[in-house]
Amino acid sequence: MVHIDCSVANAFRRILLSEVPTMAIDRVCILNNTSLIQDEVLAHRIGLIPIKADPRMFEYRSADDTEPTEHDSIQFNLKVKCTRKSDSSGETSDPDHLYNNHKVTTADFKWKPLGNQANMFKKGDIHPVHNDILIAKLRPGQEIDLQMYCFKGLGKTHAKFSPVATATYRLLPDISLLEPIKGELAKMLKKCFANGVIGINDQTGEAYVKDARRDNCSREVLRHEDLKNHVQLSRIRDHFIFNVESTGCLPVYDLICQAIEVLMTKCKKFIDILDNVDNEPEDDDDE
Amino acid sequence: METLEEVMLKDKVKLSEPVKKLEDKWKLLPSFLKVKGLVKQHIDSFNYFINVEIKKILKANNLITSDADEMFYLKYLNIYVGKPDIEESFNISKPISPHECRLRDITYASPITVDIEYTRGQQRIIRNNLPIGRMPLMLRCSNCVLTGKSSEELARLNECPIDPGGYFIVRGTEKVILIQEQLSKNRMIVEVDRKGLLTCSVTSSTHERKSKTVISTKDSRFYLKHNSLAEDIPIAIVMKAYGIESDQEIVHMIGTEKNIIFAMAPCIEESHRLKIFTQLQALAYIGNRIRQKRFGNSPLNKVDEARQTLHDLILSHVPVENWNFKVKAIYTALMIRRLIMAYDDEATVDDRDYVGNKRLELAGQLLSLLFEDLFKKFNSELKKIADMTIPKQRATQFDIIRHIRQDQITNGLVHAISSGNWSIKRFKMERAGVTQVLSRLSYISALGHMTRITSQFEKTRKVSGPRSLQPSQWGMLCPSDTPEGEACGLVKNLALMTHITTDLNEEPIIRLALNFGVEDVNMVLSGDFSSPLVYSVFLNGNILGIVRHYERLVQAFRAMRRAGYISEFVSIYTNLKLRAVYISSDGGRVCRPYIIVENKRPKVRQQHIDELVQGVREFEDFLKEGLVEYLDVNEENDCFISVYEDEITTETTHLEIEPFTILGVCVGLVPYPHHNQSPRNTYQCAMGKQAMGTIAYNQRNRIDTVMYNLVYPQPPLVKSRTLDLIKFDKLPAGQNATLAVMSYSGYDIEDALILNKSSVERGFGRCLVYRNQKIFMKRYANQTCDIVKGPMYDSTTRKVIDIHKALDTDGICMPGEMVENRQVMVNKETPTVTSNPLSGSNSQDKLEYRKTPVTYRSPIPSYIDKVMISSNEEESFLIKLNLRQTRTPEVGDKFSSRHGQKGVCGLIVPQEDMPFADTGICPDVIMNPHGYPSRMTVGKLLELMGSKAAVLDGKFRYGTAFGGDKIEQLSQALIDNGYNYLGKDYVTSGVTGEPLSAYIYFGPVYYQKLKHMVTDKMHARATGPRAALTRQPTEGRSRDGGLRLGEMERDCLIGYGASNLLLERLMISSDAFEVDVCSKCGLIGYSGWCNMCKSSSYVASMKMPYACKLLFQELQSMNIVPRLTLKKYNDS
Repeated sequence: MVHIDCSVANAFRRILLSEVPTMAIDRVCILNNTSLIQDEVLAHRIGLIPIKADPRMFEYRSADDTEPTEHDSIQFNLKVKCTRKSDSSGETSDPDHLYNNHKVTTADFKWKPLGNQANMFKKGDIHPVHNDILIAKLRPGQEIDLQMYCFKGLGKTHAKFSPVATATYRLLPDISLLEPIKGELAKMLKKCFANGVIGINDQTGEAYVKDARRDNCSREVLRHEDLKNHVQLSRIRDHFIFNVESTGCLPVYDLICQAIEVLMTKCKKFIDILDNVDNEPEDDDDE
Repeated sequence: METLEEVMLKDKVKLSEPVKKLEDKWKLLPSFLKVKGLVKQHIDSFNYFINVEIKKILKANNLITSDADEMFYLKYLNIYVGKPDIEESFNISKPISPHECRLRDITYASPITVDIEYTRGQQRIIRNNLPIGRMPLMLRCSNCVLTGKSSEELARLNECPIDPGGYFIVRGTEKVILIQEQLSKNRMIVEVDRKGLLTCSVTSSTHERKSKTVISTKDSRFYLKHNSLAEDIPIAIVMKAYGIESDQEIVHMIGTEKNIIFAMAPCIEESHRLKIFTQLQALAYIGNRIRQKRFGNSPLNKVDEARQTLHDLILSHVPVENWNFKVKAIYTALMIRRLIMAYDDEATVDDRDYVGNKRLELAGQLLSLLFEDLFKKFNSELKKIADMTIPKQRATQFDIIRHIRQDQITNGLVHAISSGNWSIKRFKMERAGVTQVLSRLSYISALGHMTRITSQFEKTRKVSGPRSLQPSQWGMLCPSDTPEGEACGLVKNLALMTHITTDLNEEPIIRLALNFGVEDVNMVLSGDFSSPLVYSVFLNGNILGIVRHYERLVQAFRAMRRAGYISEFVSIYTNLKLRAVYISSDGGRVCRPYIIVENKRPKVRQQHIDELVQGVREFEDFLKEGLVEYLDVNEENDCFISVYEDEITTETTHLEIEPFTILGVCVGLVPYPHHNQSPRNTYQCAMGKQAMGTIAYNQRNRIDTVMYNLVYPQPPLVKSRTLDLIKFDKLPAGQNATLAVMSYSGYDIEDALILNKSSVERGFGRCLVYRNQKIFMKRYANQTCDIVKGPMYDSTTRKVIDIHKALDTDGICMPGEMVENRQVMVNKETPTVTSNPLSGSNSQDKLEYRKTPVTYRSPIPSYIDKVMISSNEEESFLIKLNLRQTRTPEVGDKFSSRHGQKGVCGLIVPQEDMPFADTGICPDVIMNPHGYPSRMTVGKLLELMGSKAAVLDGKFRYGTAFGGDKIEQLSQALIDNGYNYLGKDYVTSGVTGEPLSAYIYFGPVYYQKLKHMVTDKMHARATGPRAALTRQPTEGRSRDGGLRLGEMERDCLIGYGASNLLLERLMISSDAFEVDVCSKCGLIGYSGWCNMCKSSSYVASMKMPYACKLLFQELQSMNIVPRLTLKKYNDS
């Protein structure tokens, strides 16, 4: 993102973190849990699992206490029981050899379509993003039997609804060499920066800035007395290197689009309010 | 041929080579702890008691005879402490595990059995294995079921393999017998008394009695002071009573130096003035001054009584054979000599606080005192029964076994351990608070509890001496770990490698000493003791004799000890000033191992360490081969110890194993403690004990009164060797939080922390709080008992009523159910009639019951975690419930880093408002930089660097005290990973999106969540319960009490003149009460009637505090009449 005000870049970052809706497990009905993990902790862990489902296909829930419907919920079931493997030898203490189902992972989730959902979505549309998230460990005789409901929500209410692992930006570093640096000093200079930032001209042995973008701004040069005054480090204030890491519920592209949409609705709302302010001068300005 | 000079030069070169540093010397430590364990002192001491000491006690009290029958006797032949078991019903017992005891509220004990030989009539009978009581067992002692078990076996017994043991389980609670610090027994101590005069005192302690003998000065004469003597006895008379009649011999015994003769002259003169010249006269003099015993005159005459007193009471630890008082006389003479020397040379005055003069009393010694007392009482009771029953003629013959009751010894031991009141009759000792409930807040707190030392004397006195840090504490007691406030410096903790000795047999040591040229006291002329040519030799405070070449004796002793011919815990040291060699083998001395250095070379070589690492060598081997030896505080003083190899000089005798072992367990938690201001380490020691985390591997099987657990505990990124040794990484208590040191929002003043909302929601600082509830199903005298009834149903809806929702059909709540305020957890009912026996008509099935349900009382609901139904020793049913709450951090919860930097959460900020670094990292915690300058916790800065390097490299870092990873290495790791070498990052504000104007110190720091949480503390009340007597609001959060407007607040209101507010706060909102007062007689009437005047004409109604009315009535009941004088408000 180039040539914009930092507040705009920051708005995108903030919206991505907390205002793009996703689906996340919000209600867990524990039918049986004889595992070592406490019910609340188990529910909390399950809640944080990213679910691949398009939130645009769902509505927000109207009230908390209503029955989940096909329009606002996704149901998963989890039923795992750990048993001892019959053919295990007594020698090993490796639980993989001794027990069946001793690790409960997201692979054990079973999607149960509500109402017409089976027709609306294809098989691969709704599932946990990863199949190998460890939820609990079991030992023979222990059992977990749950019903889970995903609802649509915003990152504002709980971190589990946040669609991104992180959304962040940094300013483009700018390195300028005030004087030509050659020979040993140039090699040292190269070492002070991340790989590929500084290049050395093969013929002249002179250092030049190859790719400032790759610098991670450790300011290491400034420690060296002999280089300190030959280098100027700065950043370009309106060049943002944006980095969005999705949890996997939606592709990053969709997230950005949605973020833009959210920002647009916000702006529209704000303009509306401003318009109304003109009509009703009595109102407070900052509303 | 080499010339002499060449050889010398070669040697010189060789000697001046720098001593090579021993790599991984610290690896001796885990090996040491493997043999010794962290709480080995306790276990060793208890083992010694149940295996050795108890047999000695039996031998000392092994015969019971009766005055009634000369033929009767009972002789104890042997005593055993068995394996732990429980008597489930009469005569049926089964082995028991400690965890079962914890759960079922029973005592982990084993039977004490004796072999006896006794007479029944004319028969002589031998009985073996006769139980006389039960001994509470220390966990992991030699008789405990846990000893020598592997982790798997321990897991099967529901026991944590990391738990150190060393405590008792008495009636289900874990009890620690704290280490008691005392002044050493049987040693002369010269000190300044309250009047500023010098005294020399000895506390003699033998199995029979304990007494203190003091030699004091008065008008430059010496006197002997003792409890059994009504007045002080001039020293010359004492010496004469000992049989040293010649004045010259007396002086000669003390010394022939001029100053001594001068000092003694007035004393000698005094005895002449009193006309006492012979032993008989002296004894008569003393006999007249013996304090009269309260009851009964002794059959002896005064002289014999005096002789008896000198024999038994005064300096009772000095042995006297055949009434020959020579040794005692020599001992007394030496005491006087020390006193006179102290007058001339202040340096010979002893320091009471010197650790070498201290002895630590452990569980075994305390229990042996108690057991001997109980055993003596048991025997005297048996004797009493024999005396009473034998004279009576009976059909059956008197059989003493029938009268042996087990409960006396059992109850005595159990009661002492569970209450902590140690009362030893024969020493007139009465101590409270000897035991404490083992604190299980965190693993560290339990460990720290086991190493704690309390000192018995001087609790509230404002003296700085005993509280201050003693240089002799080095390596023995932790310099940092002590509480703040009242008990500061009095409660101490052991350092990592400290060992506490147990009593050793004196016989072989005496024999050895005599073989090495010590001349026995009894053979020596009494005057020889003061000869400048000889050194006197002491063994455990008693004079053994004299020696001419003391160096040879000391050297030989050390050689013998290193060779393993005598115990490694025997210590020998010389005091040149007093010209004495002291050998100690008594219990309670603190000591620690050192590497022996000879000829500038440590005897432990790299090869030995390598063998250790390979596992072919153990710590014991180092001891056996004389590479390492134990030194106690006194001997340490006589050695030249280097801390590091490069400090070794020609004089060096020993080398420190590792400097960080001078610290205790709790400071081991602090990374880089040597960079912190010292009080910060002390604060952390106190706080580490409050941190939540994990307690033990068996924590989920425990039902404790309270237990705090972290949901996601993490081992710290910056560890220390100590942490590895105590296996803190297996049972951690804290989380690595990413910290940004910056100010944010103003909600971070006064050490408050800012938390990231997303971090909290993802599990940071999330904790589980377990609480238990015990329900006893009592049995009553009339064969009735409590019952539990199923839930009640609503008659109209046919559903379980609301408050019974959590109940199962059996009337006890179900695991997994949520209980809310006032809900019933156990629907218990109690019979209405419990005392009177049931009459015939009121048979069992018609019993009437009263509801006594156990309800949940807390506005915050809990989940039922576990329900246990069992029975305890009294065979009544016991129901234990474990309740669970999960809590997320909230504003007001307390957190702390590992550097005594505590703070409460001031604000929880959404992630988007948090600042973020270039890499996109948001901090979990923001801390205000003002926390640093005044606290000077540089260790925390280093920890941050270390942790940051650790996460970047994926390797744990070490912040071991006096060592640890160097800052240069950490910086380099940061540079290598493209970070700034100072640990400061470029950070962007989350609110504005603009970069912050400063680089921010940014990285992970280990944070602990402390047990203080707002939910447990917040309290407010509008109206609520009142106390029955005064009708004032109740006090305290637990009783939903009011908030007190105290005296000082009251003063403010008075000063301000807010009289109506005062009236409202102190009366109207509290205990306003309408009374009818007769304005004529001034007394309180009722219903508009004055009972005094028998009229209603002058009665006025007014308001006053109920407490005031109560006071008037109470005064009236004591015949004091308070009268109220009433006036109309408009009268002037």
